[in-house]
Amino acid sequence: MAELQRRAAEGRSQPGDPVTATRTPVDIALLTQISDAPPIRRRRPGETALVALIAVLAVFGIAVLVTNPRFDWPTVSRYLFDVSVAHGIAVTLELTVYAMLVGILLGVVLAVLRQSGSPVARGTAWLYIWFFRGTPVLVQVLFWGFASALFPRLGLGIPGGPMLFGIDTNTVVPLFAAAVLGLGLNEAAYMAEIVRGGLLSVSPGQAEAAHALGLGSLATLRHIVLPQALRVIIPPVGNQVISMLKMTSVVLVIGVRDLLGSVTEIYSRNYRQIALLLVACVWYLLMTSVLTYLQSRLERRLGKGVRTDVR
Amino acid sequence: MSAERPAVATNPPAELPIVLARNVHKSFGDTEVLRGIDLEVARGEVLCLLGASGSGKSTFLRCINYLESIDSGFILVDGELVGGEVVGGRVHESAPARVAARRSRIGMVFQQFNLFGHMTALQNVTLAPIKVKKEDRATALERAHRLLDRVGLQDRKDHYPGQLSGGQQQRVAIARALAMEPAVMLFDEPTSALDPELVGEVLDVMRDLAATGMTMVVVTHEMGFAREVGTTAVFIDAGKVVEQGEPRQVITSPNHERTRAFLAKVL
Repeated sequence: MAELQRRAAEGRSQPGDPVTATRTPVDIALLTQISDAPPIRRRRPGETALVALIAVLAVFGIAVLVTNPRFDWPTVSRYLFDVSVAHGIAVTLELTVYAMLVGILLGVVLAVLRQSGSPVARGTAWLYIWFFRGTPVLVQVLFWGFASALFPRLGLGIPGGPMLFGIDTNTVVPLFAAAVLGLGLNEAAYMAEIVRGGLLSVSPGQAEAAHALGLGSLATLRHIVLPQALRVIIPPVGNQVISMLKMTSVVLVIGVRDLLGSVTEIYSRNYRQIALLLVACVWYLLMTSVLTYLQSRLERRLGKGVRTDVR
Repeated sequence: MSAERPAVATNPPAELPIVLARNVHKSFGDTEVLRGIDLEVARGEVLCLLGASGSGKSTFLRCINYLESIDSGFILVDGELVGGEVVGGRVHESAPARVAARRSRIGMVFQQFNLFGHMTALQNVTLAPIKVKKEDRATALERAHRLLDRVGLQDRKDHYPGQLSGGQQQRVAIARALAMEPAVMLFDEPTSALDPELVGEVLDVMRDLAATGMTMVVVTHEMGFAREVGTTAVFIDAGKVVEQGEPRQVITSPNHERTRAFLAKVL
């Protein structure tokens, strides 16, 4: 109020400020004439200042990108559509798909186990989630990469005793599979919590009604509970896919040639690190943008289809 | 309006009741909810379970189709234990598939309807015949159309539960249970969650169903329905059957003090 009075005294008040606006009689005849036009927008000094600041920063940013030759845009554009970069993109996408498949399938199993009546099943699922959420994914991927150091041969036998038959671990678990396992088993721990939240969102009466009709537990899960849980599960799964796409880059440490792996391989030969990392950024941004768009469309469709019991 | 029940000549001799409960006990933790229930429901009978909330009547109903297990005693439905097998002088818990198969012969209607929210009325009614009885789609659909017509929902078949009123949802739920051609229908306070003006349409459907000779066990607070449609009224208090008899008799001139106290409150 004091600020408004001071501004009014200095003649800086805007029409509509509370002090000057009080007790102004309204001329209804005049108002009727002028009220066809929309009201004049108030000035917003804070907003104007913010826009000016952002504009200055944007100009500076663009100027830096254009004038600093070390960004090396010609190299960026030369490698943007390079064959080995394209191959890396394919590997990144494959890793994302397979790791998410492992994560989702195992995540559903873990979520169901966590709700099971058996304390052993619940405990096992809890232990799994505890371990895989409690250690960094980078470490887990490294473990799978070095699986052959831990178990040089895989097969049937007695722990500590002789092995009946076995094969060389490196032949069964190639690096790509190690990467998928490392990422997927870690993802399953997070997915389990997402799926569990979805299952809990379905009223217990739904499963009860299904049981009363003679449906077994699996049929109830498949036909009644899971489809209704999806509405709650799908949006966070979309986020997980997007974050998995980026997380796949950790497989660099076990030498899988994904998008990041292929650009590092190129810059280890030509020493154009910045330019090649920019190539990787452009592709990561493009892929996450496409996924974000798909996710928002899917969510809109799910939102439209919501049909819930009136309770 | 006690409709004449058609004599059911095709059925086997009715010496064994459809539901036979003997000395049923059930506790939740330290609370003993059922303390020795004995009950018989004959074929074609409409048995109304009355009692205050917490008296154990809904729990007993849920024990009939084994949604709740019992601690001791037994319940036979159509001559079979629902959740157990008698082997070597002891009752053993049944395999889940056998429990499911026996449950499919017992229809149940819930207070909260529990229609499947992601399916249309028609899909709700065809689901169990197709998935449980492995009926072919055409047969299941044909019956579903007939049942939805019968409960007066011929123009609501493709609606989702969320688009239906409570009374309409409950009528779909009745059609869904009937689709399995059950030997007995259980109703757990089917009108308690409904707005008062919607109660009538559900009771009408139940009255028609009773008139066809369907065996029904109904937990209800609708004394009017119990009096008009019920063939037997059973009053349960503190987990025991206190009084049992012809509904008019039990409701208008009860013998037991606790029945009188309860009726004084609800009538």
